[in-house]
Amino acid sequence: MRFTLEVWTQASRDEEGHFERYDVDGIDPDASFLEMLDELNARLAAEGKRTIAFDSDCREGICGMCSLTIDGQPHGPNQVTTCQTFMRDFEDGATIRVEPFRSGAFPVVRDLVTDRSALDRIVQAGGYVTTKTGPKPDPNAAPVPPAVQQKVMDAAACIGCGACVAACPNGAAMLFTGAKVTHFNLLPQGQPERASRARSLVLAMDAEGFGGCTNYGECARVCPQEIPLDVIGMLNREYRRGARREDDTVGTRT
Amino acid sequence: MILDAKIPEGPIEEKWDAWLDAHRMIGPGNRPGRRVIVVGTGLAGASASASLAALGYRVDAFCFQDSARRAHSIAAQGGINAAKDYASEGDSIRRLFVDTIKGGDFRAREANVWRLAQLSANIIDQAVAQGVPFNREYSGELATRSFGGVLVQRTFYARGQTGQQLLLGAYSALQAQVAAGRAHVHNRHEMLDVVIVDGRARGIIARNLVTGEIERHVADAVVLASGGYSNVFYLSTNAMGSNVTATWKAHKRGALFANPCFTQIHPTCIPQTGEYQSKLTLMSESLRNDGRVWVPRDPNETRDPNDIPEEDRYYFLEERYPSFGNLVPRDIASRAVKAVCDEGLGVGPVKRGVYLDFRDAIARQGREAIAARYGNLFDMYRRITAVDPYHEPMQIYPAPHYTMGGLWVDYELQTTIPGLFAIGEANFSDHGANRLGASAMMQCLADGYFIVPRTVTNYMATLDGSVSPDEPAFAQTEREVVERIERLMGIGGRTAPQVFHRQLGQIMLDKCGMSRNAEGLQEAMREIAAVREAFWSDLFIDGRADELNPSLEYAGRLADFLELAELMCLDALRREESCGGHFREEHQTEDGEALRDDEHFAKVTAWAHTEDGRPVPHDEPLVFNEVALATRSYK
Amino acid sequence: MREFWSSSIGKKIAVGISGAILVAYLVLHMVGNLNALYGAGDGDARVDDYAHWLREFGEPLLPHAFVLWVVRVVLLCALVVHVTGIVQLRRRAAAARGPHKAKPIGRSLASRTMVVTGVLVLAFVVFHILQFTTLTIDVTPLREGAVYANLYWAFQKWYFVLIYVLGVCAIAFHLRHGIWSAAQTLGYVRPNRDRAIRSAATWGSIVIAAGFLSIPVCFWTGVLGAPA
Ligand SMILES: Cc1cc2nc3c(=O)[nH]c(=O)nc-3n(C[C@H](O)[C@H](O)[C@H](O)COP(=O)(O)OP(=O)(O)OC[C@H]3O[C@@H](n4cnc5c(N)ncnc54)[C@H](O)[C@@H]3O)c2cc1C
Ligand code: HEM
Ligand code: FES
Repeated sequence: MRFTLEVWTQASRDEEGHFERYDVDGIDPDASFLEMLDELNARLAAEGKRTIAFDSDCREGICGMCSLTIDGQPHGPNQVTTCQTFMRDFEDGATIRVEPFRSGAFPVVRDLVTDRSALDRIVQAGGYVTTKTGPKPDPNAAPVPPAVQQKVMDAAACIGCGACVAACPNGAAMLFTGAKVTHFNLLPQGQPERASRARSLVLAMDAEGFGGCTNYGECARVCPQEIPLDVIGMLNREYRRGARREDDTVGTRT
Repeated sequence: MILDAKIPEGPIEEKWDAWLDAHRMIGPGNRPGRRVIVVGTGLAGASASASLAALGYRVDAFCFQDSARRAHSIAAQGGINAAKDYASEGDSIRRLFVDTIKGGDFRAREANVWRLAQLSANIIDQAVAQGVPFNREYSGELATRSFGGVLVQRTFYARGQTGQQLLLGAYSALQAQVAAGRAHVHNRHEMLDVVIVDGRARGIIARNLVTGEIERHVADAVVLASGGYSNVFYLSTNAMGSNVTATWKAHKRGALFANPCFTQIHPTCIPQTGEYQSKLTLMSESLRNDGRVWVPRDPNETRDPNDIPEEDRYYFLEERYPSFGNLVPRDIASRAVKAVCDEGLGVGPVKRGVYLDFRDAIARQGREAIAARYGNLFDMYRRITAVDPYHEPMQIYPAPHYTMGGLWVDYELQTTIPGLFAIGEANFSDHGANRLGASAMMQCLADGYFIVPRTVTNYMATLDGSVSPDEPAFAQTEREVVERIERLMGIGGRTAPQVFHRQLGQIMLDKCGMSRNAEGLQEAMREIAAVREAFWSDLFIDGRADELNPSLEYAGRLADFLELAELMCLDALRREESCGGHFREEHQTEDGEALRDDEHFAKVTAWAHTEDGRPVPHDEPLVFNEVALATRSYK
Repeated sequence: MREFWSSSIGKKIAVGISGAILVAYLVLHMVGNLNALYGAGDGDARVDDYAHWLREFGEPLLPHAFVLWVVRVVLLCALVVHVTGIVQLRRRAAAARGPHKAKPIGRSLASRTMVVTGVLVLAFVVFHILQFTTLTIDVTPLREGAVYANLYWAFQKWYFVLIYVLGVCAIAFHLRHGIWSAAQTLGYVRPNRDRAIRSAATWGSIVIAAGFLSIPVCFWTGVLGAPA
């Protein structure tokens, strides 16, 4: 297969970027999108040219490192991670536009590589159960009903890739944050910090400069882990609950 | 050199408690002044960092990914073992211990393995307390299943994302410590050397991968949790970035490297389909619980797999190993698959694949039940291959997956360099010559949560004074790091790193892979040397050293693989026996099973780096008091 | 309270609640307006009585038109909160998103046009008040208290009918996303209720639109005759 690529090229965070055109041919339809870029890079290198920087690690759709916007859609057309997007999903001869994940909170580091550490900082604000390493109660002492378990797992499946943010016209991180809150606030272990968790996370989310949600639902449409929009409803509910209970510890942790 | 494993006296059940009772402590008031560097934020690194920071030490954790959460542990699918006997089968610490020793083909240290089995139950408790959503039964109690070559259901799992959930548990515990100001995560940083001051590890030199800056980081103890080196084979189930640099650099500074030839080739991976391929994807071993492995009996079979009648199917695992059948340990399954493909019975475009068939399981249990158990794995398979495993058997082939070898450590997980610890897949410790399924994560977390926080404390309690980054050793090491980067950048050749890596992988897979022989290994060493030479004279790296430069990162890692590969061959050559994942063709029974030589090789080989480049082996004899040495049999 | 308003979710909740108040009013207003459908009557249109009743509501316990004014103040506050919240959220979102706009992947037209329909609604509401409440837009003869007559004369003009059709359609469009969105913002949407709430939003806006539109349409088509 052959393709024309328009690839975002940017030397560093502080420099301007632009699109660069490349032609690639002889691509196997079963090659992944990233393998196609590997191939392009190998050819560029063979010609002594500058290669394109992009992020990836596991290449099996679980680490959340890969992060390309393909023809305007975070990760690409199929609601799977970029590394699980295959060239057979594109038309032979197509022109494909490749950009980094776009969002103000994700500054471009170089070419297609962005800085998504804002998501880590949201977690730092309370996306956990505070517990030290040490003796713990037997897990079966706090059984989790199947329905709850199901919801928790659906939310915990988040791989933190940030596609939700990149798809959001508001640059919001609600799906990500909602997934955290849903995961922990539904579990028995998460109850002691339940009231404060949503508030802390929302404060952190706002402090990182993410936008607010207007319920477009684009985040869920691109989420490779199919995190349901429901986690945002849950976040809203939990925030409302938390906001009623003034809790002085909130926010001081961040 | 005498390798002292520092195994505590006393009965095996009491060794760890005895050690704990005797170990030196540091008062809470003094802990914030102590600094620990942890390289790696996988299961091992994140759990260690979180636990050390929670004790009150200042922790600096490093990872090359953009977030600690992306360490390759995230990809583990199948599960984690623990001797909790929730399934009421009479499972126990001793049984897990025995299974692990036997599974490792009697090449692991008994005391370490016992401790691992002993701590396994605590890991589950710890993880659940952190909010790790293990699968549960309808009653709400934790579910378990049996996994890869054991007869009890002691494997805990979270859908097909056990590694992810466990890592997120450890990661979030670490983030809590970051919020508390005790831990600092340096992401997009790569450790390029360890700094030794007065014979002790006192810090590292790291490269900021975004700016290219070379940084000095000081500590009282350094813990390496940098994962395994399967990527020496080029195509493996590991992540693109997984590498040996951290442990290799430590090796070159004096840490012994143990059993480098012990690598695990996982039987159930999606076969390679083309040159372009950058990695191999594992299909969880749990699939073998319900899937049946077979090939057509006729090498010239052309029929569609579903049209091949029962009598023309060769269920080779079930026939050769009647009692374990499809559930034989990985090394055995992988070799059997390779053997049938070598006989020309393989399927797929290049005839390097076998069927993993769910037809019978679906007929017996219904599609629903199978979907509930493996739905996401089936989806993943279909996404990658565009074949629907509900209707057509999967094709699988073995792929390099895990490395049992690693830095030699004593009972305290300390390497031969005082103050330098190695945990998780980076050390050689508990799996002998073959790791059982669902045991890697157990070991990573036992090391990280429960062992290394104690042993590092014990070590630091003896230290006095701290060092400064202006120490000559730091300047010297930094200079060497910079020089090497300059050397790489300055080669000015024409070939991209990937090309050399592919060559290296091919050599290793052919000659130091699932089966090895002396001639091949010697050949491999010559070929590796040639690739290394070509690498150092014809490498091309674009861009600059003072910016984000993936080619440079790749080249640096590859340079270390090119050195490690030779040591692996050397080790494989020296080990004149077959055991676990190490199969020497010269040492096999008549029906092709591995032939161990306990008399000469019931030992660990730990290699020392020397200035003249010729590695020197040191042996640590292995003594088996609890499990009688016996030939593994899964027949 | 300050934290609540300054947080993105808190602000959005305020927008949702104020929107819900406006919707609630809208429903009452629509139902009230339907009184016009009773026609001119014998010199005393039912809708005139209704308007009168609104002003006398609560008398003599409460001063004349008191309830009406309370409602007006509440509505104004809600509107101020709603619009201020939206303006601030939109600015925040624009900054958060940065210069590269997000390609529409599957978002609905209604959700994408909330600001446009919102502005249209605001303009329409202002116009509507100037016409029938303050009687400022005095193109057709308007008389205080003569609601039926005012409506009749106004909706003899095609351009007024058109303005009302457009204005009401804008409201309906705004609410199609708005009702569901408010439910989600307030945390009432759950997976098992999602479909129900979505269709409630769609049907709710259709009913509101139909209710409002029935009046100008009936006057324009002559179904409702001239005032006595
Ligand atoms: C596909 C797959 C499936 C698996 N499934 C299972 C399973 O079901 N059950 C099981 O028990 N085990 C399983 N394993 C094995 C298990 O996941 C690994 O052995 C284990 O996760 C390794 O963890 P770790 O913490 O040692 O290293 P990793 O998780 O590999 O982490 C390495 C860390 O070190 C960092 N690092 C490395 N080098 C440097 C450097 N030079 N400088 C800075 N940082 C560095 C990396 O950034 C990373 O954070 C699986 C493995 C794979 C590949
Ligand atoms: C007067 C001018 C108005 C403007 C400019 C305006 C603007 C908006 C905008 C932009 C939204 C988008 C909310 C989001 O971010 O999803 C919104 C939501 C909404 N609007 Fe309006 N609106 C106006 C008037 C009204 C009126 C008169 C009503 C009531 C009839 C109303 C009801 C709603 C509701 C219910 C929502 C949903 C709130 C939520 O998502 O939580 N709006 N409005
Ligand atoms: S590279 Fe890991 S998810 Fe794509």
